[in-house]
Amino acid sequence: MTLEEKVINIIVEQLDVTKEECVLEASFIDDLGADSLDIVELLMEMEEAFGIEIADEELEKIATIQDVVDFLRQKGVQ
Amino acid sequence: MKRRVVVTGLGALTPLGNSLHESWEAAIAGKSGIGLITKFDSTAFKTKIAGEIKNFDPLQYVSKQEARRYDNFLLYSIAASEMALADARLTIGSDISERTGVIIGSAIGGLATLEEEFKNLLDSGPRKISPFAVPAILANLASGQVSIRFGAKGPINCAVTACASGTSAIGDAYKTIAYSDADVMIAGGVEAAVTQLAVGGFGSMRALSVRNDDPQKASRPFDKDRDGFIIGEGSGIVILEELSFALNRGARIYAELAGYGCTSDAFHMAAPPPGHEGAARCMRVAIQDAGLNPEDIDYINAHGTSTPLNDLYETQAIKSLFGDHAKTLLVSSTKSMTGHMLGAAGGVEAIFAVKSLQESVIPPTINLDNPGEGCDLNYVPNTACRQAIHTAMSNTFGFGGVNAVLLFKKFNESQFHKA
Repeated sequence: MTLEEKVINIIVEQLDVTKEECVLEASFIDDLGADSLDIVELLMEMEEAFGIEIADEELEKIATIQDVVDFLRQKGVQ
Repeated sequence: MKRRVVVTGLGALTPLGNSLHESWEAAIAGKSGIGLITKFDSTAFKTKIAGEIKNFDPLQYVSKQEARRYDNFLLYSIAASEMALADARLTIGSDISERTGVIIGSAIGGLATLEEEFKNLLDSGPRKISPFAVPAILANLASGQVSIRFGAKGPINCAVTACASGTSAIGDAYKTIAYSDADVMIAGGVEAAVTQLAVGGFGSMRALSVRNDDPQKASRPFDKDRDGFIIGEGSGIVILEELSFALNRGARIYAELAGYGCTSDAFHMAAPPPGHEGAARCMRVAIQDAGLNPEDIDYINAHGTSTPLNDLYETQAIKSLFGDHAKTLLVSSTKSMTGHMLGAAGGVEAIFAVKSLQESVIPPTINLDNPGEGCDLNYVPNTACRQAIHTAMSNTFGFGGVNAVLLFKKFNESQFHKA
């Protein structure tokens, strides 16, 4: 499974959305109906799944699925 | 002038069933909803029994995501409210949303979530506390979630008066309509506290029954072998409407909510005083509020917790207020079957009182084999009693010395039009 697929699987489960909605450029708030609490919970799930930590400053920069994937790659997640 | 308030919808989720119909049928059949605790490992606890909600499927009411995030007390109140609104055949459209309010009481709120998140904190540190922890714990979020889901934009509040919470909520909702602040109120109680902290904490107070070998016999109000209450969980929600509003929309009217009393013992944080003067005074206030006399009362759904003190002192209070009439009026404790649903008790028991009026059936006090010393009223022992009644009261008392009593009256439409 690619990193993108892993990330999207978590998003589908956490945000109660379909895989089809989860295009990489989808914005959590504008396209996937998430609010700020949903994003916090989602990123906590990512921390758990990938064994990393996301600082609050970094969290603020994350708006789309691509942002999450880029962030994880930058942290060395494959 | 005080506006009249009627009950037009009922919804319940109890240890006896996941709908009002199931719960009521079981109650008048004298069934027990008590069993061994399944919600946590009770090995280390003195009390291993409770009245749990069984086979509840939250997905009947909410999305998968909501079911995961919401504490059970929120899910139960959403379910009972949805059932009550459906029963009232009421949709809260934009025409009535600002005149529709919500008051749902809960003694403790999301205790299971609090325990779970505190464990996360201790095990993994503050970063692992869910962003949904606080809104799943706060007691007023039952009213909040219900108002959001059904679009009720009128007055909103939450009664937190321990075991009287559901009654306080319905009483306050009644006043909200009587005082013209709303035309419709969604009101009642909810609790989901079959948890380690509640079972352990009430256990430390020696308030709980330890009849673990015979769960269905453990809740035995007014019986000489009663040894404490059984924690139950659930939700009971009523739809209240201003009388002319209900008549104009052709609503089916179950009963009139004619009186509410609330008093304080100012005595002890957990125990009632001998004779329970505050309870007697509270019943008197409710009767006066309804413009009735003590002799007019036909049935009392008692607080009847199955604790040694409550049942004796509540009996004394009834005798002191009603005098000779205490010998004729019917008194029963449905906690003998549901257990004590804490903040939900007042909601569910108000509903049972209303159903008694509507169906002319009084649910029994089960497990009443030998009345305890001083317990000498007609408690409808073990078998339901078929009798037409015109008035029914629901008593609930809570820690902190709270007493709250609702008085329901049979509603006769032809009488109303003549007047």
